[in-house]
Amino acid sequence: MPRIAGVDVPERKAIRYALRYIHGIGPKYADDIIAEAGVDPKKRANDLSEQEISTIAGIIDTNYLVEGGLRRNVAQAIQRLRDTRSYRGERHRRGLPVRGQRTRTNARTRKGRKKTVAGKKSVK
Amino acid sequence: MARSLKKGPFVDEKLYRKVEKLNQQSKREPIKTWARRCTIVPEFIGHTFKVHNGRAFLDVYVTEDMVGHKLGEFSHTRMFRGHTNKKEGIRSGA
Repeated sequence: MPRIAGVDVPERKAIRYALRYIHGIGPKYADDIIAEAGVDPKKRANDLSEQEISTIAGIIDTNYLVEGGLRRNVAQAIQRLRDTRSYRGERHRRGLPVRGQRTRTNARTRKGRKKTVAGKKSVK
Repeated sequence: MARSLKKGPFVDEKLYRKVEKLNQQSKREPIKTWARRCTIVPEFIGHTFKVHNGRAFLDVYVTEDMVGHKLGEFSHTRMFRGHTNKKEGIRSGA
């Protein structure tokens, strides 16, 4: 199995789709990278030559922020919001939606599973 | 939605002039303001603003990390002290 960008091992899919398994590479970036490398997008990841793989890996290394580096970047951005005592940082700390969504109902992705409160009137 | 680049960041004129004046005299003193919508620009770094939150003026000490945000983001308008406790009939928590 080919290894591109650290530990990622996309498998028997066309390279165009296999690249998307790398954190930070979606449909657009995958196509951009393939175009730049001049590789046939339909070629399976397994069938790529060493040469092609290293070209792709090189492009990703120099031009794209992926995997650990990207995760670190995001985490730092959030940490910065928290440290500056901003409203958005506060929302992150509380585990509530950050972008002004309603919290009276829904918002379960941020708040987690429902915690039932005894005696609370249900919404009609 | 982000603001049009053509316009540039919104900075409250009066507040900006006040800061510039202080910078020229290299003085630092808290500035009372209601301009929560004013973007924080690099000139503001190191100043303390007393930003109105609808009730009181909260101290906001501007650091480098705050540049590009609005003053209002750092002067919270709501205070949540936990839900009421049914049995006690009073507010739980601090």
